[in-house]
Amino acid sequence: MTGDSTKKIFNKGIWEDNPIVRQIIGICSALAVTNLMLNSLIMGLALTFVTAFSELTVSLIRKYIPKHIRMMVQVLIISVYVIIVDLFLKGYYPEMSRALGPYVGLIITNCIIMGRCEGYAQNNPPFNSFLDGIASGIGYTIILLAISFVRELLGFGTIFGFQVLSDWWTNWTIMVMPPSAFFILGVIVWWARSRYEKEERERRKATS
Amino acid sequence: MIELNPFIIFIAAIFTNNMIFSYFLGMCSFISVSNEIPTSLGLGQAVTFVLTFTTMLNYIIYHNILVPLNLEYLRFIVFIVSIAAFVQLVEMIIERYFSNLYYTLGIFLPLITVNCAILGVSLFMVIRNYTFLQSVGYAVGSGLGWTLAIVAMAGAKQRIKNNKLPKGLEGPGITLIITGLMALAFVGFSGIVQIQ
Repeated sequence: MTGDSTKKIFNKGIWEDNPIVRQIIGICSALAVTNLMLNSLIMGLALTFVTAFSELTVSLIRKYIPKHIRMMVQVLIISVYVIIVDLFLKGYYPEMSRALGPYVGLIITNCIIMGRCEGYAQNNPPFNSFLDGIASGIGYTIILLAISFVRELLGFGTIFGFQVLSDWWTNWTIMVMPPSAFFILGVIVWWARSRYEKEERERRKATS
Repeated sequence: MIELNPFIIFIAAIFTNNMIFSYFLGMCSFISVSNEIPTSLGLGQAVTFVLTFTTMLNYIIYHNILVPLNLEYLRFIVFIVSIAAFVQLVEMIIERYFSNLYYTLGIFLPLITVNCAILGVSLFMVIRNYTFLQSVGYAVGSGLGWTLAIVAMAGAKQRIKNNKLPKGLEGPGITLIITGLMALAFVGFSGIVQIQ
């Protein structure tokens, strides 16, 4: 089998090419669910599932799709998996389904999936594409969890619904409101980009 | 559910329930295209236009075809296909008659298909059981609210273009921080009207 090694794919998806902090895509639906960690986790899992299986499917049939309609085909493939996720959540976790509201459906328009299908699955074997989907999904989930960790801890004093900070803690209302998500993501992007910058400099020093 | 006047929904969609500042929808193009005011304005108009007509189209399809046939769960596919088809149509029209606009917006038009705001409005319309007029008010308001946000962002970005920033904060980082500040300002509107 040709293609990238598993380790390389995971390193790329989670850190080097992290969809959110590196490429700034897919944050449309990312921020809205970050007020609680549980929502973020479910959203992350749903996205990982959809990305992995869409990439697998696109990769399997990539040689049979005419070039000019491939976008349409990809969107349809993604929608099918999103419908599966939506029905699954409705059937087994109706409360979660209500909490996520329209954001489950919005996974379809999440640029990460289209981007990975177009940029990776289109030219790579199925197994690698599947792994790539999982890796990108994990990269996405980690960022979501990081944001929601701060928001839930400071906004409600809980982690995954368990009380962590007791009565002396005054909840920060701003953490429950949307603006905080922008600030926290901005700071995360700042931190990550500084790290990239540093790694880049070290690499250049090593080669010269 | 209380019957809301479409005009109230329209105002709420611009200020208190702004697509970007309270629902985080349409962020991808918001961050990457908001460098110049004219371009942002063009994209904003395109989004408002597409948003209004696809929402009407989706309302008609959903209530006249999907509901009678008990096929509500197919709405994701149907909505995205009708949006994609409509964007394709608009692209052809713009290319034919407004070639100037086409050169500035050409590459972004396909992006509109995957602009979360457009699908988002259609899905909100279904979840909140809006009537036709309410949906139209909501769609136009959301589009204008989105335009307002992206134009304001482009203006702010032009102001800080020549300022020195920490290396890692350049580009998306500062954009997110500014968005946060704007969102904070928009929270101030929340007393006017509130829709859920």
